[in-house]
Amino acid sequence: MTEAEHLSIAIVGSGGAGALTSGNLLLEAATAAGWYGLLTRTVGPQIRGGEAAALIRLANRPVECLADQFDLLIGVDWLNADRFGAEIEVGPHSLVISDPRSGELPAFVKNSGIRVVEIPLKEITKSIPEGRPNMIALGIAAKLVGLNEEVFTALIEKRFAEKGRVASQASRAALQAGFAAAADIQFDKRLAPPVAGKKRWLVSGNEATGLGAIRGGVRFAAAYPITPASEILEWLAPRLAKVGGVLLQAEDELASINMIIGASFGGTPALTATSGPGLSLMIEALGLATAAEIPIVVVDVMRGGPSTGIPTKSEQADLNIAVYGFHGDAPHLVLAPQSIGDCLFTAQWAAYLAEALQAPAIVLSDQFLGQTVAAIERPADVAFIGERIRHAGADAPYQRYALAANGISPMAIPGMRGAQYTAEGLTHSERGTPTSGAAAHRVQLDKRRDKLEQFTFGDHWATIEGKGEIAVITWGSLTGAVREAIELAGRDGIAVRLVAPRLLLPVQNVRFAAALDGVKRILVVEQSHSGQFYRYLRAHYDLPGEVRVLHRPGPFPIRPSEIHKAIAEWRK
Amino acid sequence: MSKTPGAPTVSTLADLFGAAYQIEIDAVERYKILADQMEIHNNPEMVDVFRDLARAEGIHAEEIRRQAGAIDVVEHGRRVGKWTKGESPEEADLGAAHYMMTPWHALQMALAGEKRALAFFTHIVETAKDQKVIKMAAEFVEEETEHVNLVHRLLRKYPVPPESWPQDPDPPVSQE
Amino acid sequence: MEEMILTVDTQLACKPSDYRSDVKPVWCPGCGDYHVLMAFTRAFAQLAVPAEQIAVISGIGCSSRIPAYTNCYGFHGVHGRSLALASGLKVTRPDLTVVVASGDGDGYSIGGNHFLHACRRNIDMTYVVMDNRVYGMTKGQPSPTTEPDFDTAISPGGTGLSPFHPLVNALASGANFIARCFAGEPNETAAILVEAIRHPGFSFVEILSPCVTYRPDQKAWKDLVHPAPVGATNDPAKAARRIMTDDGFNIGILYRGERRPYQPKFGRQSLDPSELEQEFEI
Repeated sequence: MTEAEHLSIAIVGSGGAGALTSGNLLLEAATAAGWYGLLTRTVGPQIRGGEAAALIRLANRPVECLADQFDLLIGVDWLNADRFGAEIEVGPHSLVISDPRSGELPAFVKNSGIRVVEIPLKEITKSIPEGRPNMIALGIAAKLVGLNEEVFTALIEKRFAEKGRVASQASRAALQAGFAAAADIQFDKRLAPPVAGKKRWLVSGNEATGLGAIRGGVRFAAAYPITPASEILEWLAPRLAKVGGVLLQAEDELASINMIIGASFGGTPALTATSGPGLSLMIEALGLATAAEIPIVVVDVMRGGPSTGIPTKSEQADLNIAVYGFHGDAPHLVLAPQSIGDCLFTAQWAAYLAEALQAPAIVLSDQFLGQTVAAIERPADVAFIGERIRHAGADAPYQRYALAANGISPMAIPGMRGAQYTAEGLTHSERGTPTSGAAAHRVQLDKRRDKLEQFTFGDHWATIEGKGEIAVITWGSLTGAVREAIELAGRDGIAVRLVAPRLLLPVQNVRFAAALDGVKRILVVEQSHSGQFYRYLRAHYDLPGEVRVLHRPGPFPIRPSEIHKAIAEWRK
Repeated sequence: MSKTPGAPTVSTLADLFGAAYQIEIDAVERYKILADQMEIHNNPEMVDVFRDLARAEGIHAEEIRRQAGAIDVVEHGRRVGKWTKGESPEEADLGAAHYMMTPWHALQMALAGEKRALAFFTHIVETAKDQKVIKMAAEFVEEETEHVNLVHRLLRKYPVPPESWPQDPDPPVSQE
Repeated sequence: MEEMILTVDTQLACKPSDYRSDVKPVWCPGCGDYHVLMAFTRAFAQLAVPAEQIAVISGIGCSSRIPAYTNCYGFHGVHGRSLALASGLKVTRPDLTVVVASGDGDGYSIGGNHFLHACRRNIDMTYVVMDNRVYGMTKGQPSPTTEPDFDTAISPGGTGLSPFHPLVNALASGANFIARCFAGEPNETAAILVEAIRHPGFSFVEILSPCVTYRPDQKAWKDLVHPAPVGATNDPAKAARRIMTDDGFNIGILYRGERRPYQPKFGRQSLDPSELEQEFEI
């Protein structure tokens, strides 16, 4: 029996089989028992009844990406499962549990050299009234990875409470049958015992984003549903109301972005969440928020593009539009969380920065972070609460866009007597009166650029870890995979630095140069077809030494082993 | 002369003085607005014309204030000088303004205004019950008649503008 | 949120001139919008709401220049989105009096979608559209309310399209107060604006406001407008019949609805934000 730091399990099923439910329960049970882990899912195009796979990784410490291979694959059935071939890599060291009555093994499984164990899930189900094969599959998976039945009891009660006692009992019975069926299966990997003691959460990136926003002071949201951002809105709607805020569903993204600008103008920190197509629609109003100096947060949970693209999959190809998409010169904030836990921090920090700098902040999350559920260490509390500088009501006629040493002019809030002004998208004077004059235009452009450039962002601007002459530069959800690859390289004796900017705009030239001091080789890792991040780096920063780029578009994440391979190969 | 719909009802001397004063004050404001329009639209001759008209109306307003004696014309003006339909008689018709208008046009506006004011006071003379009101209203009728004649005299100084007066060789400019 | 203390000395804010800023409008002399500005300031004075408690929100177009000409808080936003700006503002600041200013292009073309949903949402605000049946700011293109045979450079011979009917659409979408005014009657317009602002929910006031530069033919409007033959109704079916058959020059309040305005709870906390993490705890 080998102790593994991590085990990966995939549960596949279709047509209402409930593969995703089993996956969720497996993760919940394992984390309740003390382990860490994450769950992501991959699905067919149907709204119901489609083929689905729950992809789970369990570990004795926090993990931020999927592993390269799956140790255990369970098929409730194999209908249309060949679509998952690229995502579910298995090999001779993997085990597949298959129901002989539920279709042939897909080619990618059959041809992998995987060990096959057949268990008649459907047959077993027949002996359990209301029993479902996915719960048997769950029992098998649980037993094999080393979980106890007891840890499931409370979870099943909660999960099936709405469906009634019969469903609940049937689930438990099916689970038990699964445990029993797995008793004789040889599976010699066990999860190493968890490192105990830390407070942990089970949370998705989208939920963490919502919580970060509220902690950062956001009390108004307006949004239009879009995959994969809708969960942010669904999470926020009741909870914003509880903390004294409100979420409005708008008629489209154009309304959403303008509503939050209106709310912010009125004094309430505001946010919207969308994906690529929605961000495209919002660009004009983002320019308005920039020109009129109004704080807002726009979360873009990136998905496959361009256009409608691949809505259910992740990609890192909205960097261009977030950074360069505004017409005119419109300096603004762009941030990107690096993990599920970091979604909380980055959303909170973005809300704080937007308010402090009276500018829009775009937060580039992605589908992988947004819709993956993970057990994480409870994030540390941070004191970033968004609060704009308000006009104090001095005697002089109020100049909304007055020049200030740090470029930030106090904001009057409607209702304050004697400070009435009209917020303007037209180029304006310090008072806010429209003008087409060269001097005023220049002065205000300088102001909006300088206020961002002179701000002290602190160490949060990037994650910089390790030493070495090789640096891997990445961003967003790939940070976790890069970190694992660097660890693997470390075991090979290769010292590698990780540089992952969290703040993409405004660029931090000096600090970036310092982070790369002594580096001779740079590997850029990103998930885009055209190398958007690489070009962004080239545009704004000096990259010393040799540079290689490991990039590919979605829909599948870049795995630690691929990155490790690229690092190792370069050493030759 | 029938009452203009929407005109205020004048029963007392305070009403009358208030309304008369407010008419002049409204006229001052209106001519100032037109002067500003002409300034922004680069018609300096008209800026002077409208500022002169505003000044003249201001003088009329002061006269009325003087004539009113103890009556607080400002207070009563605010109370009674409201037209619910149409505008205050001497408020020049903004719709008749044009960035290339000439003094002749302004005087036509002024003439129309004075005539409306004349009609307003004439109606009061004809329908009021209070003798003091009738007497004072008749004085106002005289004054307005004088104003009408004055405008006619001024108009003689200005020829009727040619038909080409609004022609601007430059086309309109798109702004946003 | 600190409370905005309404001052008692509203006497100070009772003159229309108190609601005018010192910015001189760039509208063409003869433009109906001057009268609308007058109607605004007269209405605000009548309501005696302090200028700092009023927010005038606009989009893009000649009519949308109006906020800076008032002494209220204003927002000159992007084309067609003023209702969205105003909705976000009002929901989070129900204490403010929110007036939205638009034109026939900004409001009915690019802003059309937001118009329908704003009527439907019925947030308490007043939407004033200065309709001159043309795009004045961009050199005279047809707007959704332009007559089908109106010749323009971009649509020679006219669009041939049936004009958009804003009042019908407002009624069908749920607007709670519908009126039509004529800019040439600023005092009447002011009185209707006062009622519109006082009326709860979404009040829609279309103001026929002639464009002296591109629609000199609209000088004839002052002879075409007439008071609506019947008073306002609160029956949508009656209003529908009247508005569908109206000649486009009926002036007055046409519909006064009784829908409750949409104002979600805002500002009252029932849970401390620090408790939100409990649902994630393992």
